Amino acid sequence: MFEWFGKVNFTPHTKVSKFAEHLRDGRLMGSKCSKCGHLDFPPRADCAKCMHGEFEYVEWSGAGKLITYTRIDAAPIGFQDLDPYTVGVVDLKEGGRLVAWIGESIPESAIEIGMDLQVVPRVFDELPNIKLYYTLEVPGTTWIKAGEVG
Amino acid sequence: MKRVGIIGIGHGKFGRRTDASVQELAFEAFREALADAKIAREDIDASVIGSVPEYHKQRSLSGVVQEYLGLNPIPTWLTEDACASGSAAIRTAWMAIQSGLHDIVAVIGCQKMSELKTPEILALMGRVGEVQWESIFGTTFPGYYAMLARAHMHEYGTTKEQLASVAVKNHHYGAMNKHAMFQKEITIDKALKSAPVASPFQIFDCCANADGAAVVIMASEEKAKEISERVVWLDGLGSATTTMSVLRRPTLTSLPSAVDASRQAYKMAGVSADDIKVADVHDCFTIAEILAYEDLGFCERGKGGKFIDDRESYIGGKHPVNVDGGLKSKGHPIGTTGVSMTTEIVKQLRGDAGERQVADANIGLTHNVGGNGQYCFVHIYNRE
Repeated sequence: MFEWFGKVNFTPHTKVSKFAEHLRDGRLMGSKCSKCGHLDFPPRADCAKCMHGEFEYVEWSGAGKLITYTRIDAAPIGFQDLDPYTVGVVDLKEGGRLVAWIGESIPESAIEIGMDLQVVPRVFDELPNIKLYYTLEVPGTTWIKAGEVG
Repeated sequence: MKRVGIIGIGHGKFGRRTDASVQELAFEAFREALADAKIAREDIDASVIGSVPEYHKQRSLSGVVQEYLGLNPIPTWLTEDACASGSAAIRTAWMAIQSGLHDIVAVIGCQKMSELKTPEILALMGRVGEVQWESIFGTTFPGYYAMLARAHMHEYGTTKEQLASVAVKNHHYGAMNKHAMFQKEITIDKALKSAPVASPFQIFDCCANADGAAVVIMASEEKAKEISERVVWLDGLGSATTTMSVLRRPTLTSLPSAVDASRQAYKMAGVSADDIKVADVHDCFTIAEILAYEDLGFCERGKGGKFIDDRESYIGGKHPVNVDGGLKSKGHPIGTTGVSMTTEIVKQLRGDAGERQVADANIGLTHNVGGNGQYCFVHIYNRE
């Protein structure tokens, strides 16, 4: 199901494909090596540290700090209907980084390197197939997680 | 250790070459390089092609280039390291000669990009970012360097005017280079008023996709001395990599591969940054040249903006950089660029650079980056 991840997906096959299922359920998952406990995001099937090949998914809070960003005016094929859009890189609280679009809760004028952000799982409603992504929003932004009451 | 020398160089016109196919472009530069070396094509033992194959409809490009150049049946192979493919070809030619397997090798950088439309190229290039976790957000190649620029501006106070100053310098020298795609001076004002691409970049912060070819002919020490009286020696080779993914980079204000590659090259050539009289660096975007000043040790970390403000990279400054116009004004046929840089340094060390000549240029350097730092090759050339 990793083909669910991304408006345009380039890697349908991966050993961490359940990442997409968790994202659909509202959960951002990293990997934890079953042997040495090394945590990684984006998740890796093969431990970057001890090279062990088994891992488990661990939930990340999605809290992070913006380390850089760019507003893209010249978009590649597959994204031209969205431009301009702003892409940011965040250092995640539990470790690792991710790239995502800066979401609607943050106007362009408010974007600042070092600001606290929240990664929020999203589904493209307007596309016929399941297409998942995440955005960077102001801390405190909430969303629905599957299996959670209220 | 025996040396490997450059005995011939050739360079075609860069630009939107709608008049020629990729092998025809290669031929122009090849013919010129043979004439420059004063050898016949039968003297060549092998060729290495530096090119990025995804831009061409022809599959397995080396075959068609080898045929059109009349180089069958000698061996050929292609090297690919994105925008550093040309320097990867030079490195493998050096290895082939030092191993004793070949004596004279033609390195052919050739690339045709204008057969694709800009959004197609943006899509292709954006996928030099990591595709599983990054390209799905529509990241682009300018976008990656823009994010490095933004981080550098935040950490060191580098300004948009300093970025534009790099473009102004490179267009100034490009105006004097007949092979350049844009032979036209620009002003800071013009650069700052140009269309946005990926903030903080505008059009004039970015080099242009181009078609073009360049060739260098490399030879063993013995053969080089036999053939030529003005050999330029490739004495230092450094090459290193850093992560594909921007998510796993140790820093966003430097290209670690360039730092590593340059230190290796300086050590091998037995020189230091201070000895470099002229350099061609990979200015695919204005920030890339500022990072290069710092990564190569031409100035302190974080002082790259001041380095251009003080005109230290102009002729007459401490380290003249890209006095052929750089990628910025020459255009960037990606597989060709590393070879094109080499032809310029050879010209400078021979004293053949005309009105762009750097006085007393005896040691020169090329810095060729693949992707947004995933690969870097630094080569040091000596005329003595």
